[in-house]
This record gives sequence, structure tokens and C-alpha cells, in this order.
Amino acid sequence: MTTKDIVYIALFAALTAALGIVPPIPTGFGINITAQSLGVMLAGSLAGARRGGLAMMLFLALIAIGLPLLAGGRGGMAALVGPWSGYVLAWPLCAFLIGALLARRKDANVWLIGAIIAFGGIVVMHAFGIVWYAIFSEIPLGVAFVNNSIFIPGDLVKVVIAALLTNGLRRAYPNL
Amino acid sequence: MLDLYTPGKSIFHRTSPGPKFLLLLIAGTTLFFVDAVWAPLLALCATLVLYRVAGLPQRKALEQLRPVLWLFLFFFVLQWWLSGPYLAAFVVLRLAALLLLASLVTLTTRSSDMIDTITRSLRFLRPIGVNPDKVGLAISLALRFIPVLSNITTEVREAQKARGLERSVLAVAMPVAIRTIKMADDISDAIDSRGYRS
Repeated sequence: MTTKDIVYIALFAALTAALGIVPPIPTGFGINITAQSLGVMLAGSLAGARRGGLAMMLFLALIAIGLPLLAGGRGGMAALVGPWSGYVLAWPLCAFLIGALLARRKDANVWLIGAIIAFGGIVVMHAFGIVWYAIFSEIPLGVAFVNNSIFIPGDLVKVVIAALLTNGLRRAYPNL
Repeated sequence: MLDLYTPGKSIFHRTSPGPKFLLLLIAGTTLFFVDAVWAPLLALCATLVLYRVAGLPQRKALEQLRPVLWLFLFFFVLQWWLSGPYLAAFVVLRLAALLLLASLVTLTTRSSDMIDTITRSLRFLRPIGVNPDKVGLAISLALRFIPVLSNITTEVREAQKARGLERSVLAVAMPVAIRTIKMADDISDAIDSRGYRS
């Protein structure tokens, strides 16, 4: 692993933490819509599969050691073992998948980039989050699925931002 | 360092992070495999006793649960409606016990001690290509980057304000992204040029 890899891993872990400063939108269920999953999408689409995935693992490690880096100042082990933690725990996998799929299509246009980011950042992340939530709180998958839908509009906005940014950066910085 | 640590001199504060994480892991796994309501109830009482042992007031324990109070209520009502009061109590008690125990570990352990423990325990992974020093470098860099990123964002937002573009997400995000990537490249060149072995 080169020094550049280490710096990129640290940068995208820090980006995800910095996005936690953006004030979250409360949903009323004790869990908020935050800007942080944008960091996950960008880690995958800009840093690549391996660096993006490791960046998210580093971020989770920083949470685990007790730094309040999740939106709303949450952190510590308690933030990783709650009923809504499935989303956060899926972040390394999501970033890895987005990076791996994008690496295979260097010529992707903005629509394909968006579709890939939506797959990793919404489909995979939400699938993980829903199953974790259903197992954790012993409720049927269907109910968890319906509860989950409040996050979809916000995540679609994040996918659009991530896709436009990735598309622009791929042109501004061809050897990213 | 900004963390959730609460100073103290109890045995819980003095124990190294490793055993505390092991306790959390064992307790968490056990709670998920025992399907009787006495288990989370017992765990909850034991955790409250541990709070006392750690010299933390019961008020501190309540504080940990306050942010998820509405979530608990929502769960309780939903679970009661779906499968009755017994399972509702079981799920909420289990959740409370787990969250309180996890918070106890966080409250009594300094982040810097945890970083030391992590880098030390990663030594066992050296044969499969994990270099603990590089993990340490990545942790310090990430912590340093957080304020740098918010400074860059403030600067770009002010520059775009002068152009009347401060409300456009992309007009702010794109220059921020380009500048931070460029900064990352410069930093890795700087580290390499000072002879850091990678």
C-alpha cells in the first residue's frame, strides 16, 4: 500500500466525519436523515473499491473507539450495536461495491455512474439496514421495509449530488 | 482529544480496553441467543451495578438512554401491536441493556488508549500484510483532516458567495472536492519526500 493510498483512506474517512456536521433532519423515530451517506458514496466513487472500503472501516473504527463523529454528535460502541446500526455497518461494503463496479466502466456517463452509486448507496445499504433492523427488533421484514422508506427521498438527492461530483471530477482529474 | 470519556479512578477505568471489549462482545452475543425475558432484565441490573462500580451516577446512565427514548417507545408500541406485551418488553429491555453496556465501555475508556490497543493488537496481522504503523498514520491523518475539510468548505463558500453562488450545492462541492484531492496528493508527496517507508 502506497503513502497515497493511506492519505486517501484518511481523507475519505475524514470527509464522512465532516459531513456529520451538516445538521441532520429528524424523522421522529430517534433516527435522523443525515448527509453522511454521501461520504460513503464518494469514498467508493472517487477513492475506488479498496481505498473506499478501507476508508469506511477506518471511520467505523473511529466511531468504535468513542469519537462522536456520527451526525448529531453520536459515537461510541452504543452507536454500532443499536437497531439502526445495520446501515452504518454496511458502509465498507457499499463503498467497496461502488468502487469495484465503477472501475470496470471507466467510460461511464453520468447516468450509469448514478445508477451504480444508487445500487451501492441505496439498494445494498438499505437491504442491510432493513434486515438488521428486522432481526434486532424482532419485527417482520415487511414492516421494516415500510419504515425504511422515509430515508429514500433524501438518499436519492445524495445520489444525484454524488453522481454529478464524480462525473465532474473524473474529467477534472483523469488519473484519480 | 474530543471523545466521550468521563474521568475516574475505578477498576473499570483502570482495566485496559481489550477485556472491556471482550465483555461487551460476550454479553452482546449471549443476549441475542437467550430468548427469555429474565436475561435482558438480569443484564440491565448487572449493567447498572457496573455503572455504580465505575463510580458513575445513575443520572449518567439515564443520559445515555435519553436520545433513544422515543425509539424505545416506538418499538414498544409496534411490538405490542405485532406480537404482544411480552416480546415488546423483551426487545426494549435487551436494547436498553446493550446500549447501556456499550456506553459504559465508551465512557470509561480514553480514545487514545483504544488507538494504542488497536495498533498493538494489529501486530498479529502483520503476516497477512497489515502494517500497524500505517494504521496509526491513517488514524492521525483522518483526525487532522476533519477540521481542514471544514476550513476548505468555508473558504470556498465565501468565494462563491462573492459570485452569488453560495446556494448552489455543486458550485461549492466541486471546488471543495478538487482542492481536497489536490491537497491529499500534495500531502502524500510530502510524506514520501521525507523518507516515510511505505
